Amino acid sequence: MIPAGFEYHRPADIASALSLLQTHGDEARVIAGGHSLIPMMKLRMADLSHLIDLQDIDGLKGITIAEDIVSIGAMTTQNELITNDELSRRIPILREAALLIADPQVRYVGTVGGNVANGDPGNDMPGLMQCLGAVYTLEGPDGSRAVAARDFYEAAYFTAREDEEILTQITIPVPSMSGYAYEKQKRKIGDYATAAAAVMVGGGNASVAMTNLSDTPIYSAEASDALAKGDVDGCVAAALDAIDPQEDMRGPIAFKKHVAEVILRRAIAKAQERAA
Amino acid sequence: MSKMHVKLNVNGQEVEGLAEPRTLLIHFLRENLNITGPHIGCETSHCGACTVDLNGKSVKSCTVFVAQANGSDVTTVEGLTNDDGSLGVIQEMFREHHGLQCGFCTPGMITRAHRLLQENPNPTEEEVRFGMAGNLCRCTGYQNIVKAILASADMMNAQKEAAE
Amino acid sequence: MKDELTQDQRSANLKGMGSSRKRVEDVRFTQGKGRYVDDIKLDGMLFGDFVRSPYAHARVTSINTEAAMAIPGVVAVLTAKDLEPLGLHWMPTLAGDKQMVLADGKVLFQGQEVAYVIANDRYAAADGVEAVEVEYEELPVIVNPFEALKSNVVLREDLEGQTEGAHGPRKHHNHIFTWEQGDKEGTEKVLEEADVVAEEMVYYHRTHPCPLETCGCVASMDKVTGKLTLYGTFQAPHAIRTVVSLISGIAEHNIRVVSPDIGGGFGNKVGAYAGYVCSVVASIVTGKPVKWVEDRMENLMTTAFARDYWMQGKIAATKEGKITGLWCHTTADHGGFDACADPTKFPAGFMNICTGSYDIPTAYLAVDGVYTNKAPGGVSYRCSFRVTEAAYFIERMIEVLAIELNMDAAELRRINFIKSDQFPYQSALGWEYDSGDYHRAWDQALNAVGYKELREEQAQRIEDFKAGKTRKLIGIGLTHFTEIVGAGPVKNCDILGLGMFDSCEIRIHPTGSAIARLGTISQGQGHATTFAQIIASEIGLPADDITLEEGDTDTAPYGLGTYGSRSTPVAGAATAMAARKIRAKAQMIAAYLLEVHDDDVEWDVDRFSVKGAPERFKTMKEIAFAAYNQAIPGLEPGLEAVSYYDPPNMTYPFGAYICVMEIDVDTGEHEIRSFYALDDCGTRINPMIIDGQVHGGCTEGYAIAMGQEIAYDEMGNCKSATLMDFFLPTAWETPTYTTDFAVTPSPHHPIGAKGVGESPNVGSVPCFSNAVHDAFRPFGLVQSHMPHDHWRIWKIAKDLGLHS
Ligand SMILES: Cc1cc2nc3c(=O)[nH]c(=O)nc-3n(C[C@H](O)[C@H](O)[C@H](O)COP(=O)(O)OP(=O)(O)OC[C@H]3O[C@@H](n4cnc5c(N)ncnc54)[C@H](O)[C@@H]3O)c2cc1C
Ligand code: FES
Ligand code: FES
Repeated sequence: MIPAGFEYHRPADIASALSLLQTHGDEARVIAGGHSLIPMMKLRMADLSHLIDLQDIDGLKGITIAEDIVSIGAMTTQNELITNDELSRRIPILREAALLIADPQVRYVGTVGGNVANGDPGNDMPGLMQCLGAVYTLEGPDGSRAVAARDFYEAAYFTAREDEEILTQITIPVPSMSGYAYEKQKRKIGDYATAAAAVMVGGGNASVAMTNLSDTPIYSAEASDALAKGDVDGCVAAALDAIDPQEDMRGPIAFKKHVAEVILRRAIAKAQERAA
Repeated sequence: MSKMHVKLNVNGQEVEGLAEPRTLLIHFLRENLNITGPHIGCETSHCGACTVDLNGKSVKSCTVFVAQANGSDVTTVEGLTNDDGSLGVIQEMFREHHGLQCGFCTPGMITRAHRLLQENPNPTEEEVRFGMAGNLCRCTGYQNIVKAILASADMMNAQKEAAE
Repeated sequence: MKDELTQDQRSANLKGMGSSRKRVEDVRFTQGKGRYVDDIKLDGMLFGDFVRSPYAHARVTSINTEAAMAIPGVVAVLTAKDLEPLGLHWMPTLAGDKQMVLADGKVLFQGQEVAYVIANDRYAAADGVEAVEVEYEELPVIVNPFEALKSNVVLREDLEGQTEGAHGPRKHHNHIFTWEQGDKEGTEKVLEEADVVAEEMVYYHRTHPCPLETCGCVASMDKVTGKLTLYGTFQAPHAIRTVVSLISGIAEHNIRVVSPDIGGGFGNKVGAYAGYVCSVVASIVTGKPVKWVEDRMENLMTTAFARDYWMQGKIAATKEGKITGLWCHTTADHGGFDACADPTKFPAGFMNICTGSYDIPTAYLAVDGVYTNKAPGGVSYRCSFRVTEAAYFIERMIEVLAIELNMDAAELRRINFIKSDQFPYQSALGWEYDSGDYHRAWDQALNAVGYKELREEQAQRIEDFKAGKTRKLIGIGLTHFTEIVGAGPVKNCDILGLGMFDSCEIRIHPTGSAIARLGTISQGQGHATTFAQIIASEIGLPADDITLEEGDTDTAPYGLGTYGSRSTPVAGAATAMAARKIRAKAQMIAAYLLEVHDDDVEWDVDRFSVKGAPERFKTMKEIAFAAYNQAIPGLEPGLEAVSYYDPPNMTYPFGAYICVMEIDVDTGEHEIRSFYALDDCGTRINPMIIDGQVHGGCTEGYAIAMGQEIAYDEMGNCKSATLMDFFLPTAWETPTYTTDFAVTPSPHHPIGAKGVGESPNVGSVPCFSNAVHDAFRPFGLVQSHMPHDHWRIWKIAKDLGLHS
């Protein structure tokens, strides 16, 4: 469980980080909290020879809360998300979901940026961000661009981010919907989801996304529309239609589909109750 | 790969050494600095035996490169003993309430409990169980660990009150 | 000097047996000052690491080490070819089989050791492992023991044509042994004539002890003195020394084996592993100390699985529920090599304790051991040899019979318990149970949990469920188990020919403190605390003044080590016996000092006093000094004793466990509402430590029953090699336990103690599992295999039609 060797860089600003990425091409990788990347490196499944540590870049830190929009720096840790009371008041589902990720030690170092950039279908933040309609800011050699979370995920570990781009910020419109719920079934603390669902509902609107039930997070517009109209069964049917779970130690496909439905219905019920 | 110069403050002492950047913090502590309190139980960031306090946060030192930690403050279980060499409150309460058996998880447990109680001086049993969920123990079934941490909270609060 | 303390006060000051003395080990452990094997650092120490097979069954066609040798820091790479001239490419197993140290032509399980890279540090060693190039030719894989017995694929080519194994005839090239106990014909006849026969296949899945510290060692060959020192995570250091001597040819006195602090064992650290052999060879070859510590994946994939028993059972009874006979045929999956750690004459351990707590007049047991493409092991995971399997089997069969009889399972147990006046009890499968009072324990347990009310609540819940008011069911898990521990009488128990006695040596210092050395080794059980308590009570010196040492074969007396709950029953007895020898001599010294006849003094807590004149006495402390400073006619100076204790019988701890579980039929999730554990382990030495053992053992049982498994796919890939998939519960999932006790001392043990370390694992697994089964019993469930993780519980509900 020993990673291969690499050169270590700790740039102080985004420009230097980008230039390092350009110089070393696909031999380079950025590291945030390292709690997805280092385990892969230990298994020698991540091939890199330059590691670019983002921890000293102030521009990637901090949470800004405006009237109708929240910006979260990529290097914000899950723990910082949980302990920010103002944020939890405005978008409470963030805390609810973050508390279901991993364990305290992991949440102190694991970052929101790393979680959404990673592209692991097991990560909880991507589905959550899709549910919330978040937008990611990517900075690259040619400047910055914005990509919606709903357009970002292509396949497991494949995203719309180019190799030489850094995800700098996540912006979330403060939801008008007051009902929210993040429900997750897992085998134990420290496990990824068997199935998880993020639901926002209220004021004639709704949004639904699911986690670890396909090779990408699943946001379903159809399901969201149905729920907005109050059609719970239609919402569930649409969401279940969109997922494509794989068998693993958590269980066979039929089980996952069943749990997905149960979890989604619970999330909907909870969100609707909160909206009321 | 070439080695880099690493500086840390460990348990209040400035220390330095040479290490490959890929050296995991746990190995740097144990092998370069002979600080063998933190243990290796899984190497995959699941067990928490390697937990240390890094800049005021509990982290699993098997999942941190020494290069990332360079320049940081580290506290290990060795740093939680009183200055006169007697057991610190949490250490004493683990002993008092039989919160350990083989002792292998204990340094990580105590180091994590230390941070937990700094952040939440009056935890409920449920909060202790949730806050300790990054640390596995194979021997005790946690019941006495939870008891020891709740007792530590009481004791620390009483000491604080007495000092005021 | 006037003595102001009462007898009770003096007794309390000793912190002897019965006191919840705080552990002496903890001062060191809580400060991070334990010394575990990976903490050992010797000058010039090298590191070893294994190249392992990615395939479960393959021929190794070539190994190229050139690129690895070119890596800076890599010192050498060993393969089977290098070990062969030394005769060390294979090693004997504890079960009379042999096992490859490094792949000799082929590999038989995923993760098998193929080459051993030695380097200056663990990073270079890991780089070296990456660089070794091995070519494999894949062979057909067999992961199912029933298929193995039908397949024409020969797994063990080295044994081809051998029709006789270490335990009798082999019936097929993938068959290892058949072991039979009891009365086959008699049992068949009972089954034929019985009112009722219940039949079921009970599978106890493959799992792993997974102590928090993995296995490891440091081998250090001193070329000048010719002495080999081997530090390691050994539960049986003396036996390891003998094995190392036998296989390496190094004289036993030139080997020192040291078990330092051990981070949990649970059976994982009984066996001899390739890592030990390779490290010893590497140290001999390089002349430097060599450390090897496995990582967690290696631990789970290669060293010491447990269980994997397919137990086909039949149980016969009268209409009223009196059991008349028990039949069991077990198919035991041993993996690629038979490396089970059982006493030589017991290839299926003490599986023949499978009549449990019940008075079953006729019984028959047969066990067939089988080779498959899985890791070898077969250790006792926190239980005496195969006792957990036996207890699970009988406790499931009782439930299955209760269903067949449409009877309450608590009542069925009650009418079949061995009665207290039947002890010592001869079981149909050959054991003599020492003592017990099962009815009393059972009633105490049922009363404590409010059994009747629980059943009423459950009935109401079923109504509610059927009425669509809830999706949660309640399961009430019952278990009454009987363990057999303390192996064991030398006349029938040995490991590699070494009798399973144990030992203690006590030396009293002139100032009245003492040191005791034992043949066992603590892995968290707190021996340094509890054994000092036995001595304190026996010889009247405070436990705090008694040092305890274990684990260094140069200083400790020979013993067979710590596993199978044998330390208290065997070494604990040796400790009491050695202490009694000291007390006997002390009595003579006291009599001399008091100028009376030996028979005119009597023992009084911490002193001998003159009969009828208690004010005339000599304390043990005074006696100790006298032993060193006076010439006492007829007595040698000094005060020390050794005892090697060969137990006359095993001990039979027992217990009554009851679990209440809520089950979500839709998600398969569960919640343990309460868990009650009553243990009777005879005399209680340290109640605090007993409680701790019960909490820990029940938590292991909880994990095993509810999710923990070593799983393979059909290609023989291990699917559960990290702690993500191998279920170790955190503080969050782990239930809270209520402990209780009864005391039925063992009549043949010097202090009446029976051992408790493993009871909670043995008892809790069937208890949790029975709770799951019980929840679904009203809907027709008879048997469903563990582990009861979410999807398997979901499947039970689905198959019973509870989702429509
Ligand atoms: C035991 C354990 C349990 C876990 N359980 C869960 C869980 O239940 N749910 C869950 O969601 N996660 C879980 N995680 C993952 C954890 O949340 C990670 O911390 C997170 O996924 C990644 O964040 P990080 O900061 O550690 O990223 P890193 O590991 O540093 O990086 C992950 C990947 O993202 C890339 N990356 C990181 N930051 C950026 C950036 N700003 N721009 C571009 N690329 C970037 C890296 O190059 C790397 O490829 C678990 C982790 C562990 C160890
Ligand atoms: S060794 Fe670091 S979490 Fe287990
Ligand atoms: S005390 Fe042994 S692992 Fe916790």
